[in-house]
Amino acid sequence: MAQIRVNELHKAFGDFVAVQGSSFTVEDGEFFVMLGPSGCGKTTTLRMIAGLELPTSGEIVLGGDDVTFKRAAQRDIAFVFQLFALYPHMNVRANIGFPLKCQGMPKAEIRQRVEEAARILRITELLDRSVSGLSSGDRQRVALGRAIVRKPMAFMMDEPLGALDAEFRELMCNELRALHDRLHATTIYVTHDQLEAMAMADKIAVMNHGVIEQLATPQEIYDRPASMFVADFIGSPPMNFLGFQQALTRGATSARLNGTAIDVPEIREELSERPLTLGVRPEAVRLVSEGGLRGQVFGSEYLGTTQIVTVNTEHGRVKARIGSEQRVPDGGVVGLAFRADKLSIFDQQSGRAVRTALTDGGLRV
Amino acid sequence: MEACVSEVVLQNATKRFKDVVAVSDLSLTIADGEFVVLLGPTGAGKTTTLRLVAGLEHLDTGAVRIGGRDVSKDAPAMRDVAFVFQQYSLYPHLSVYDNLAFPLRSPTRRVDEDEIRRAIGEVARMLHIDHKLQNKATRLSGGEMQRVAIGRALVRRPAIYLMDEPLSSLDAKLRQELRLELKRIQRDLGATMLYVTHDQVEAMTMATRIGVLKQGRLVQLGTPREIYEDPAETYVATRLGQPRINLMPRGLFPNVPAPLQVETIGVRTEHLKIDRHHQGTAKVARIEHLGDQRYLHLTLEGQPIVTLAGHDTDLDVGDNVALQLEQPLFFDRDGMRVRA
Repeated sequence: MAQIRVNELHKAFGDFVAVQGSSFTVEDGEFFVMLGPSGCGKTTTLRMIAGLELPTSGEIVLGGDDVTFKRAAQRDIAFVFQLFALYPHMNVRANIGFPLKCQGMPKAEIRQRVEEAARILRITELLDRSVSGLSSGDRQRVALGRAIVRKPMAFMMDEPLGALDAEFRELMCNELRALHDRLHATTIYVTHDQLEAMAMADKIAVMNHGVIEQLATPQEIYDRPASMFVADFIGSPPMNFLGFQQALTRGATSARLNGTAIDVPEIREELSERPLTLGVRPEAVRLVSEGGLRGQVFGSEYLGTTQIVTVNTEHGRVKARIGSEQRVPDGGVVGLAFRADKLSIFDQQSGRAVRTALTDGGLRV
Repeated sequence: MEACVSEVVLQNATKRFKDVVAVSDLSLTIADGEFVVLLGPTGAGKTTTLRLVAGLEHLDTGAVRIGGRDVSKDAPAMRDVAFVFQQYSLYPHLSVYDNLAFPLRSPTRRVDEDEIRRAIGEVARMLHIDHKLQNKATRLSGGEMQRVAIGRALVRRPAIYLMDEPLSSLDAKLRQELRLELKRIQRDLGATMLYVTHDQVEAMTMATRIGVLKQGRLVQLGTPREIYEDPAETYVATRLGQPRINLMPRGLFPNVPAPLQVETIGVRTEHLKIDRHHQGTAKVARIEHLGDQRYLHLTLEGQPIVTLAGHDTDLDVGDNVALQLEQPLFFDRDGMRVRA
């Protein structure tokens, strides 16, 4: 197993810049997720690390070895794709053992390695079955077996769960993470699904337009988003944005939204008057009968223990996550109160988070 | 007795495809103005049920009645239904406007153009596609195309709207937006709707009542709250709730007073509390940070268990904890609910 270091990685396809100057380190044994919408450069980055794509410039170091321009086969990486193709004419055992057979490994050793992989994946009883009769979950496990049997230095996974339905995806997320906890293999995992990223990652790199906007632990990214893009991409429903305009001074602890004073984390920089955005997570919103920011209830959505209440305000639509026992009539006027210590403020022009006591409290990675 | 205009009744409906019983003796009444969601995994018979109401499939036995009239033998066009498919199927050579107008210009309906313009304007505004009306249907994003497909159903006022996973091809954010819009539109129109999905969040947030399907049978029908809080069997209990309900062998909790035939105890994550006053044997395997929530993955004698942890939790991987069950649900060996 190995550390992966990526330095100033840059990739252009003609005029189109897919990845611009990414630098990051994936520590030995880490589960690292690259998250972003399609076209953000995450898959291109992964393919460069795997050696399936050559960078325009930059450096990739795998386990201390500069592999930037080495071919994929020389990199000792196992790649798991979105659509797992198994060989239909071979049984499970032969499918898992295939990469080793290609390497010319002796039969007895293949047998032992395949059985070890099957034990880790808990599919020992399937080894002599044909792959054609397997459930989609077991097919996925066999595909994973084919990757882990080689004992590579690192795993690259490109949306391996993308083709599965939601229910099964949740199950496989837990299984993949449990597998990682047993193997401690350095893993880079690409997805556009924030729930997958939050559920599995040690660290997440959120990408947009070829740039890493934030690199941190899941909780850190959720609690202290570095930009509006990140705040909007993470969380379901995503962070609420309320626009306002004002100058900010260091040490201030409140903002004014159309005359309503809102307590915010202490401001730690000076900003001239400009359009700003207040960012509020749905669970940091409370409905109050008196005061607060007033709005009209547009609808509520029952989710079991909690519900999402959507309120139209003059600053835009705000979603609140509150307990489902509270009755909220549609069309009623309510006040919104926010948890001050959980609020983010963004500069609308650049999209970046304004420095506050909240952002300063964060752990740097 | 005069039935409501839009009441839709499936009575003992059965449909076989060769050896497979796709829909089995299914009875369901959808009241006028009701939003009924059929929920179940792939192969449960949801889409077949919808197609039986639409007349795209024919019943082997049973009947379909719409507005009090037996339509079992009627062709789809005679049934006064509008269908939205999972994959938007628009006329690529027509503009958005003409796509929306198409159902109203059918020779059997004959609506005048002023009325068509009014209906389209209203629906386009509701679905936020009013600025795209002159676009070619192919010059739209996937989300816009699906909204046009929904709009094409909404311009008509059929007895019932039938929707087959209309949001599943959209990305998560758009899905969330449209969920709320669709529910609101349905309510504003007072429309009767039968909606099929395998997405539990769609079912819970939109339905007046949810019908849970299992291998062609309707196993429970109730409001989202009833289905969530009072499931009739483990199959239903696992359909709703994220993370899913913990189903544990009764033997793990010898101190919980349960009727004799109980084999499985079900406890939702929010009802499984960490007991700080006792030494326990459940071990913390992993703490998952999901932003607004924190999941605690535990193992108890090899049984994986998930519960919620507060943000202030000082628990760490490897810690031993005791568990306290609130509102446990009891199930027998066949997974059927045992009410204490």
